Amino acid sequence: MSAPDTFDLIILGAGPGGYVAAIRAGQLGLKTAIVEREALGGICLNWGCIPTKALLRSGEVYEALDHLGEYGVSVQGRAYDFEAVVQRSRKVAQQLSAGVAFLMKKHKASVIEGVASLVKGASAPQVKVALKGGGERLLTARNVILATGARAREIPAAGLVADGERIWTYRDAMVPKATPKSLLVIGSGAIGIEFASFYRALGVEVTVIEALPRILPQEDAEISAAAQAAFEKRGLAFRVGANVKKLSRTGGGVAAEIEREGKTERLEAERAIIAVGIVANLEGVGVEALGLACERGHVVVDAHGATNVPGLYAIGDVAGPPWLAHKAMHEAVHCVEHIAGVAGPRTPAPIPSCTYSTPQIASVGLTEDQAKAAGRKVRVGRFPFRVNGKAIAAGETTGLVKTLFDAETGALVGAHMLGAEVTEMIQGFALAMTLEATEAEIFATVFPHPTLSEVMHEAALAAYDRPLHI
Amino acid sequence: MTTEILMPALSPTMEEGTLARWLVKVGDAVKSGDVIAEIETDKATMEVEAVDEGTLEAILVPEGAEGVKVNTPIARLSGEVSSAMSPSVSPVPEVATPPATPAPVQTPPAPAISPARDQAPTPAPTSGTAPTREGGARVAASPLARRVAAREGIALESLTGSGPHGRVVLRDVEAALAAGGARVAGGKAPASAAAAPVRQSLSLEQMGIAPGSYDLVPLDGMKKTIARRMTESFRDVPHFPLTLDIELDALLAARAQINALSEAPENKVSVNDLIIKAAATALIRVPEANASFTDAGIARHHHADIAVAVAIDGGLITPIVRGADLKSLTVIAREMKDLGARARARKLKPEEYQGGTFSISNLGMFGIKSFASILNEPQGCILSVGAGEKRAVVRGEALAIATVMSVTLTCDHRVVDGAIGARWLTAFKALIEAPIAMFV
Repeated sequence: MSAPDTFDLIILGAGPGGYVAAIRAGQLGLKTAIVEREALGGICLNWGCIPTKALLRSGEVYEALDHLGEYGVSVQGRAYDFEAVVQRSRKVAQQLSAGVAFLMKKHKASVIEGVASLVKGASAPQVKVALKGGGERLLTARNVILATGARAREIPAAGLVADGERIWTYRDAMVPKATPKSLLVIGSGAIGIEFASFYRALGVEVTVIEALPRILPQEDAEISAAAQAAFEKRGLAFRVGANVKKLSRTGGGVAAEIEREGKTERLEAERAIIAVGIVANLEGVGVEALGLACERGHVVVDAHGATNVPGLYAIGDVAGPPWLAHKAMHEAVHCVEHIAGVAGPRTPAPIPSCTYSTPQIASVGLTEDQAKAAGRKVRVGRFPFRVNGKAIAAGETTGLVKTLFDAETGALVGAHMLGAEVTEMIQGFALAMTLEATEAEIFATVFPHPTLSEVMHEAALAAYDRPLHI
Repeated sequence: MTTEILMPALSPTMEEGTLARWLVKVGDAVKSGDVIAEIETDKATMEVEAVDEGTLEAILVPEGAEGVKVNTPIARLSGEVSSAMSPSVSPVPEVATPPATPAPVQTPPAPAISPARDQAPTPAPTSGTAPTREGGARVAASPLARRVAAREGIALESLTGSGPHGRVVLRDVEAALAAGGARVAGGKAPASAAAAPVRQSLSLEQMGIAPGSYDLVPLDGMKKTIARRMTESFRDVPHFPLTLDIELDALLAARAQINALSEAPENKVSVNDLIIKAAATALIRVPEANASFTDAGIARHHHADIAVAVAIDGGLITPIVRGADLKSLTVIAREMKDLGARARARKLKPEEYQGGTFSISNLGMFGIKSFASILNEPQGCILSVGAGEKRAVVRGEALAIATVMSVTLTCDHRVVDGAIGARWLTAFKALIEAPIAMFV
């Protein structure tokens, strides 16, 4: 091993947190190295957000055939080539990963392929990389950012362990050879619901099992209920408040023994997907030797991402929930600006959450239950898509928008949406919250007609009992 | 090799300042000793000099940025040598404080407690210096911050915006509320950010003054410091004024004689210089008056460091003649000319206006007969000097004419009680009325 290479900043992990940190560091003139053990772009780009969106799109297009008649269109015959569906998804991921490689080059970040571990250093931990091509490199820097992400959680006690063949994680579920006839999805968070939605679109019999009393438990209860109803209409089956006691392989597939309201039930299917949360990737990083403070499986950080180890920062999934790529990117920018000494005060930005099922779910801020639990008096507005002109014309009348305003100050405290394209619209509410808008500014904003977004305006008006079109 | 240029601390207590002006731009070659920027605290503008050579690679803090924390990187310099910046003060020449005018007579002093308000000095930079709004512009604030501030009766202008571009956001209003945001009647709150509880006020509109019927002059750092320090002093220090009339004719005659000895204009002595000298001498003679209250005890100062209030554009400042008891009149005169000029240019170093032991405020040149200043903490006394004017005085059984000035000593009763104040005034009067005693 030669003399250590010195950088201003070393980033461990080239997922959305890591590569965005490298870009910002480049913009600020920091000499940066980014270490990645697998592929640039991380899970998000290679095995998560992006390829699933490609799959979901294939599913949507296929499922749309069911309703062609409504639009006065007909086609002869219908089929999908699953191999081609998966291939398209992989191609999309590869294209974007190459894009990240270009961005790293543009911002002069040294990409080092290999597995990194941290070693005690002088002012910051040193980084030892077992290089992909063999050999080892020792890197030093004044600051190190841990952006190693997370992976699917497994629960061996209940047999929730992926075998890659019949019991899948998200990763296996993205590249099977063929669609199964039936599928159990264990866990109804965004990941579980998206796969359930995708496979259902391709005609698979899907049953979603959720331990909590409702699906999408992070969302507003009203949205959860409306979403479940919409999914059931598409033929999805649900078992909520159901604990998986045992998941096991049978002769030709899998069987889940579930307990619900004191009764046990056995569900069988060809395949199962485990989507019961994620765990941070901290193993092998060498955190034990550094005495890095962790809590509930993730690294403890301050508002700037600083850990208890001098010179070591953590961002994204490894630094705790919500486990979302855009949260990692947001933290990345602030963390690097803080390291470079140009950061403003950290503004606790509301982090939107999106589920790309059919229909879509998007939300930002507090749910009604959370607001009440926090002792806030809120005004609630609701407006359905079924009376919106654009929604009717497009045949996308499922869903609603729900808004929550502080009863005293008029601050927008939360917004919850179910329907077509809502993931593209939630940023409007996020922007309003970041700008600290009150109901008055939302009322005063001109929403274009005809658009689905008019429902956002109406939902705000409805919170003050003055919606126009209902 | 790239080096960061850090925000310098211009005084040991400075925590942040305003980056007033960049004198170089990105790409400029900088060499040691070049003045590259001006930094403003609430009291002074200081120049920042480059220590090493290089090319200015990036400006990290834009011109006009307020509340820049000490040691924040403000620019990057590329070059071989590592560089650091050192603040340097650039003095400006010119003349000093206004004198009062002369004449004699005498009144017995009596302690009394009657609050009087007036201009008074203010020293010391605040740490939490709040940003000011540019040129009276509308305060940038989020709709929510605006609404909550209006509901709670908090003047937005009194808040420091922590949002992008100094925008006042909800957390700033909440911080003000948490800081003890009592809602108080009255125009613009003098509140400064940080430190002391923020004194909130109703808006003028709430007080019945129509919007648009006035112009709003934004509070700069100096105004905020004056507001805060004077409010604290007047509210927290138990103070009382002692007034005495002093005949000035002997002093005026002495001054004429002294000035006749010297041709050089910089050596000309003003009445105010003589008052400084007399005050310093009296403080040495009555050391109990040259004192400060502290929780641990009363600090008796070894020397008379006389702070002199100088009116400047946008406020006032109190440069200090250090060890005035040890200095000759000509030295005092020269120092005051220099300090006064640099005060008006806002180029004083912090140590030149922080930490006096006694203050003098002279409004004689405005014809003010008598007034009582607000104490300049931690000083135990401040002397307010009125105009010297010809007045009728009684000598024996007859009326006579003499040049008389009224002076008022405001005392911190925790340090200086009535008798001590009276003794100091008596000593001071004796020196003014027989100036030769200053020189022995």
